[in-house]
Parts: sequence; C-alpha cells; structure tokens
Amino acid sequence: MSAPRGGANGRLASESATIESATIESATIESAGGALRVVGKAMPRVDAVSKVTGRTVYADDLTFPGTIHCVLLRSPHPHARIRGVDVREAAGVPGVVAVLTGAAMPTRFGVSPSSEEEQALATEKVRYVGEPVAAVAARDEATAREACKKIHVDYELLEPVTSIDQALEVPMDEPIHAASKDSNIHRLAALEFGDVEEGFAASDHVREDVFFYEGSTHLAMEEHSATATFADGQLTVWSSTQSPHNVHRALSSVLGLPMGHVRVVATPHGGGFGGKVDPCAHEIVIAKLAMTTGRPVKCTLTREEVFYNHRGRHPVLMWVRTGVTRDGRIRAMHFRTALDGGAHGSLGAATTYYTGALQPATYDLPAYRFEGCRVFTNKAPCGPKRGHGTPQPRFALELHLDKLAEDLGMDPVELRRRNYVRPNSRTVNGLRITSCAIENVTAEVLAASGYSRRRRRDGHGQGFAVSAYLCGAGSPMYLNRMPHSEVNIEVGRGGVTVLCGATDIGQGSDSVLATLVAEELGLEREDVRLVTGDTGLTPVDLGSYSSRVTFMAGNAAIEAARKMRATLVAAAAERSGAQPTEMTVAGGKIGPLSFEEAVVAAEELYGSLGSGGSYAPPPDISGSKYRGSAVGPSPAFSFSAAVVDLDADRVTGEVRVNKVWIAHDIGRALNPLLVRGQVEGGVYMGLGEALMEAQVYRNGLLHHPSVLEYKTPLSTDMPEIEHLLVEQPDPEGPYGAKEVGQGPLLPVVPAVVSAIHDALGIWVDEVPVTPEKVLRALDSRAKGGDPRTGPRAFPMIPYPPCVKVAPPDAASAAL
Amino acid sequence: MLRLRVNGESYETLAESCETLLEILRERLGLTGTKHGCELGECGACTVLLDGMPVLSCLVLPDQLEGAEVTTVEGLAEGPALHPLQEAFMALGASQCGYCTAGMLLSAKALVDEQPDPTREEIRAALAGNVCRCTGYASIVDAVAQATNTMRGAR
Repeated sequence: MSAPRGGANGRLASESATIESATIESATIESAGGALRVVGKAMPRVDAVSKVTGRTVYADDLTFPGTIHCVLLRSPHPHARIRGVDVREAAGVPGVVAVLTGAAMPTRFGVSPSSEEEQALATEKVRYVGEPVAAVAARDEATAREACKKIHVDYELLEPVTSIDQALEVPMDEPIHAASKDSNIHRLAALEFGDVEEGFAASDHVREDVFFYEGSTHLAMEEHSATATFADGQLTVWSSTQSPHNVHRALSSVLGLPMGHVRVVATPHGGGFGGKVDPCAHEIVIAKLAMTTGRPVKCTLTREEVFYNHRGRHPVLMWVRTGVTRDGRIRAMHFRTALDGGAHGSLGAATTYYTGALQPATYDLPAYRFEGCRVFTNKAPCGPKRGHGTPQPRFALELHLDKLAEDLGMDPVELRRRNYVRPNSRTVNGLRITSCAIENVTAEVLAASGYSRRRRRDGHGQGFAVSAYLCGAGSPMYLNRMPHSEVNIEVGRGGVTVLCGATDIGQGSDSVLATLVAEELGLEREDVRLVTGDTGLTPVDLGSYSSRVTFMAGNAAIEAARKMRATLVAAAAERSGAQPTEMTVAGGKIGPLSFEEAVVAAEELYGSLGSGGSYAPPPDISGSKYRGSAVGPSPAFSFSAAVVDLDADRVTGEVRVNKVWIAHDIGRALNPLLVRGQVEGGVYMGLGEALMEAQVYRNGLLHHPSVLEYKTPLSTDMPEIEHLLVEQPDPEGPYGAKEVGQGPLLPVVPAVVSAIHDALGIWVDEVPVTPEKVLRALDSRAKGGDPRTGPRAFPMIPYPPCVKVAPPDAASAAL
Repeated sequence: MLRLRVNGESYETLAESCETLLEILRERLGLTGTKHGCELGECGACTVLLDGMPVLSCLVLPDQLEGAEVTTVEGLAEGPALHPLQEAFMALGASQCGYCTAGMLLSAKALVDEQPDPTREEIRAALAGNVCRCTGYASIVDAVAQATNTMRGAR
C-alpha cells in the first residue's frame, strides 16, 4: 500500500512510501479500503475548538476558592552573600498570610542529578539578579507585592563574574559555587574517537575557525504559573510545566514527601520551547506555603521574572579545526566549546556534551576530538532551549565547511555530500544511525530553491545548510532502567480513555496520542478521551523535551492499543463465532460487532478492561560507555536542510530574508497540519536567533527583560516559508514517524549567515547578525583587513587529557 | 460602579481606578479567555475590541470604559456557530499553544470588519502588534485570508 499524500502545504517527497511490515505488524488495521484512516491526515488539533474560543484553562486561569497569592522577592544583586533576612515587618502587613525564607526548605535541587545546586529560596548567597530569596503569600497579589518591599535582606556584595573569560580566571572574591572549588568551571569534557592527529597528518588541507553564538531566551507567550493545594495529606500542584515528572521529583525531594503523596498536573500550556523543563523555585515555594497555610496558593510570574528564570540558550564560543583531503573528504575534526552557563547547572552538563555530540551524526568523521567547558557566571541560569546545545555547534560547523569548500575551490554542497552519514551505520562516537534521508532533504531543498543555479549579484544571496537532531534522548535525566513513556488505555461503559504522562505544550502531543489510538482501535479521534500530564492519574512520561514524545509516547500508545484491540477482537470472535484472524478493526467496528458491542462482550467475558504499553529505547543505540556517552544516542535521527534567500544592504547593513526553503526528514507525517506548524515555527525561531534575539547583560544586569526590547520577528518580519517533507518511514518510529519539533530550526541559522556571505562576500561569524556587525565586516574588508566580524581567539581552557574511545569496528560501523 | 457591555451583555462592576480592563475581564467578570503575556502593552496577547477598535486591555483603565462595548474571544462565536476566523484558525493550524490566539483573533476581526478583502501585507501589518512564538505567523496569515474569502462568499 502507499502512504497517504498528506502534505497540506508542503510537497511530499515520499520515496519509499510503503510501510515496512516490521513497523506495522498487523495488516488488519489497514483493511478498511487498505489505507490508514486517521494517521497521515491533515486535521485540526484535538483541542482546537477550546483554543479558538478561549475555553482552554491555562494555569493562570485556574483559581480555587480561598486562594492566596504568592510573590517572590528576588535579588537585586548579581553576586552577594546573604547575611540575614528580616521578614518581621512584612509579616505584619494586613492581608499577609505567610512569609517564607529559604531556611524552611534548604534542600538543594536541580533538573539534573549531577547539578543539584539550587535552592527554592537562596539561603547563603545569591548568584544572579532575579534569584528568589523570600516569598510572601497574601490575600491578593498587590498586597503580597507591597509586603515583599518590607522584607529586609542584608547583603554583602561580591564581585560578579560576567563573562567566559572572567570565569576562567581565578575568582576575585570567591567562586560562584563552593563545589567548583577554586574556579568557576562547572564542567569539563574531553573525548577523542579515533586517531585525530593521524587524521590531520593525512590531510591535504587543515583549517581553523572561531565562532560565537549569543544566548537567547524562549519567550513563551504564557508566563509561568502554578497553584498548589495541600489537603488530607496530599499535595497537588497544577503548573504550566513541560515535565510534570521533573516537578514531581523535585517537590518530593525538597519537601520530604513520598512521591505517592505528591501529584503534579501539567495544565494546558502556553508555550515552552525548553523554558519549562526545569522544576522552578515558585513551584516549590507555593507547595511549601500550601502545606504551612492549608490554603490554595497561586503564583504567576511577571514577564520580567520569566526572563530571570530563563534556562535559555547558552552563549557558546567555539573553535573548530578540520583536516580534509584534496577531494573534500574529512579526515579529522577537533571541536572546542566554551559555554556561559549562568548561575546554576540546570541541564548544562548535558548541554556541554550536546555541543559536541551531533557533529558526527551529520558528517562521517573518521576521527573526532571534542573538548567542552561550561562555566558559571552571575547571570540567569542557561538551560535547554529548542535544539538544546546543538544550534550553536551547527552554526559553527556549517559555516566552517563553507569556508573549507572555498579553500578547496569546491561547491559547498558537494563537500558536504562527500561526507554525509549513511543510513544504517554507526558514527565514530558510537551513535546508531538507522533511517537517514539527509541526501533526500538536500536534493529536495536544492531543487525547490534553485540554489545551484542562483545568479550571484551584489547584495543578494542564498545560503545552504543541513543538520541532524534526536528523536528523543536515549537516556533519562536520572539513571534508571524504567520505561521512558507509558500509556494505559481503559475501555468500558464510559468509552475509551487514554492515560499518558505526556504533556501537550502546543506541539500537539495529545493529538498524536488520539490519532494513534483511534487508528489502532478503528475509531475516530473524537472517540478517544485523553488524560495526560498528570502524575497522580497517568503513568509516567518523562516530559516534553528532546523531541521525544511522538516517538516514545507514540510507541507506548500503539502497544497499549494493540493489546486492547486483541482483547476486543477475541471477545468479538467468541461472541460472533467469527475467526479472530478474519476480523477487521475499522470504521467503529470490531469484525461483525460495533465497537460498543465488542466492549460489552469483552466486559462480560473478562471484567474490567485495561491495557498498558511502554517504551524504552533499545540498548544498541549507543556504542562504548564513557562519561558523557549518555548524551547523543537516540532511537532515531531526523535530518533537515535549508536554503535561505536574502538581500543584504551594504550601505545600512540591514538584512532582509525573502524566502526560506526547508526540507525535513519526518519519517512519516502523522498529521501534516501539525507538522507544518512545527517546521515553520522552527524556521521562525531560527531566524530570530540568526538576526535579532539576544539575552545580554550589562554588569550582571539583564539588558532588556521585556517583550518590547527583546527583539523577536513579528508578522511583518517573516519571509515566505516553503516546507518539503521527506517521508521515509523509520523502522522503529510510530507508523514510521520521527521528530519535527526541533530539527528544522537548526540549519536556518548558518544558512542565513552563508547567504549574507553570498550577497556581500563577508563572514559574520557571530549571531545574531546585526547591521552593525555587517558594516564592521565590510569596513574591515575596505581597509584591507579580514572580510569578517566575529571572535578572534578561543581562550586557554584547562581541559583534562582526552578520554580515548575506540571507534566502532568495521563490522558494527555498518549496521 | 462601572457600567459596560461585554460581548453584548450588560455588566455593573466595581473597579478601582488603576485596575485594567484585562484585570476586570479576568478577575471580576471571570472571562479568562483574554490572556496576558506582559501586562505592559508589549505582546498583544490581551487584545480585545473596544467599540470595535483593537486595544491592549492591559493598558485600558476604567475611565475609558464607562458605557463602552467590549468584545473578547468569548464573544466571537454565535452560540455553537464559530466565527469564520475561528473556523479558519482551527482548519489551518493557526493556533498551536493557543496563548496568543485570542489576541490574534480580535486583531484580525478588527481588520476584516474594516477591510473585507485585505492583502497579505495588510493582514501582516494588522497582526504586527501580536507576538506568536509557535507558528512563525504563516498559518495565521493564511487563516485570516481564508476567513475573509469565506466571509465574502457568505455575503
């Protein structure tokens, strides 16, 4: 059978559209006309009516009777010791119900067990402007805000550390974290796969470059908000989180409650992009206040507070050295990164490794050395943002290859193609690559854009880049061997209910679950009731991060649905006398019975009807085990290619993007309408980071914590986007599907800078590209200097000796 | 005592002089469909119509509201019949996380009420005060264009 031609707006470039029998083991579901009925159809999201009518209840729309409101007092200093906190005056303000300091819950926490250094309210010192120090709960927000002003904190100011260079020096007063001993280095990584020096020696040409990628923030439209209740020994927190599981663990740990006494409900979500993956201070504070006051407690952050909470894109300085043969084959690569992590760890240890992990997942590197360093600075903590640690090295790597191609007098696309990873192979750092349409996305985007035939003219250019991304992190954030995602299905007189911890953050994971279960049970999506993101009711899902939900929750849903289908088929066979093997499950029927009749039969025969499915990545996705080997492996990789067409003005330095072509290796588009939204949204966010978005500081103070001054592309800034979906089903993906939430952002940023080079002959090796940087490069060229703007040097970093990891042997390199 | 009409219904409500229309809608009238993303007039999420004109409800004070007619997202549909803009937003995936949607819909309604056949540039310009972080705006512009086609066809 052939796959549905579902591309609503994108052209579908389906090369091998047949579903492998291994993917869909049962043919019965395809019997209704021989086609998938729900999967692959462009349909509105399942919660679309609520969203367009304003009926969706987001976290801040939820207020329980008797709710009191919490406001956090935040540090005005980037680095200071706390000598004392005097809350007496604040506690006496009429309307104040409770005042809280960190002494009430000193236990440290963090999203990653390797960096648990945060406190919900700081006790000994503050490490960034905006770090929470105390909290007031009052009858209304205004009273709580006023009372916060009456809390007196005695600070002893310390010299702030505000740059990577400064963080690498000996601390002036004291290190930001005592645990990092006498330095502000948070994490060092040094890995070598294969013999890099031998590779350089065998190269005809070796080139070095330095790049810088500025930090940026998520700017989800919804400000973080949460409400907590504590009743009958049970704590419940409703929060706009991307991972109720992470919040669940942190609450249990900091508040000393058994996991079974804590319930976290992820409310419908007004955007995350990585900014709501970490457990947050306010979630813990309101839980504590609910426990101490017995009242529902609510806290909604202001936009300024969201900027301080951050966890956004790390600023990363990068150095890369690559050796190639005359014919463009890469022999060795050495990549160094330095990450400005801000004041806390967040997921930064993983981010550090991610700045090195995926270079070999795009290009077949025979030898590769990666050295990474993350430093603490007195700024809002960086963490995971869409693409987590990979947009920065992607930017550097793609431009570096452009420059190598120029050195060799070779077409930059051809240079890349000669080094592309192959399907069913293992990379030098042990990553298992299965389905891989990198060639196809390249061909598609080149054909659509006419990149290779473009006419060069001054001020107009096109740029090309490719990328790879994970379909879910292969390892959980904390070491365990349990499933990453679980789905329960309950069927009875109340219909079909799907329970899963997956959290719809706007990407449409609820719609994916409904689609898959409806397909498997022969129903329509509206026949499937969803209960998701609720740690008290649903089995676990680790959260909406690392583009994992479609792949992992999707496979768990299919497993649960197939078990339920088998039960219903068996019951229908018993009742009707038909053979189970002859039964079709489609159109609301199980064989000769209606779905409802089959449920009655099954309930009569077996009693309560429930089924479960779970997913954990297969063990062979990674190669050797070494420190850091948990970062990179994934059950599948998606590949994206972009061409950007733009005009760049040599007088004003302004860049105007005319059009972006983006081709994405989706495996299968389960719902092309939602896929389009993810692709275009990724391109949009990439353009923002390429041209304007920057979370920057002056003397430790965030330069512009407001929507107005933090520049993002508006409707009038956006170019036309043409998206092309390549559908080659992945053997392990749900109906062959792969990720789409993060991959399409990645090639956009380097493609913009490459196009500026095409237009003006200059390199802007630093994003965001501002008119001023363009003019500086033009000016430098006019004066006979480097036609370039960007960092000049990479700092001396005390990397440890490399851990040498043997590359996979030839037998396992080709799977 | 403030008297105003919201979505065709008359309300009398207490409001402090510094209380914003956003707060009155969400906290006094229980109309939480109108969202806030900054409360400083920067993001457009709280856009509503005031006597047919799009305004940022986080910047409107009671003094400007006496006797006014306010339209929020809750007032777009007529009973179960959705407004063509809402239908188009659903059909084309113009609402992802949905947090900017209410403001987008009302900015779009102000445009199409005034200009039944807008160009794509006019649509983009009318929505330039509404930030969306999910869609990249393309599906939103498409949806407004499709809705205007539907509305012209119905006329």
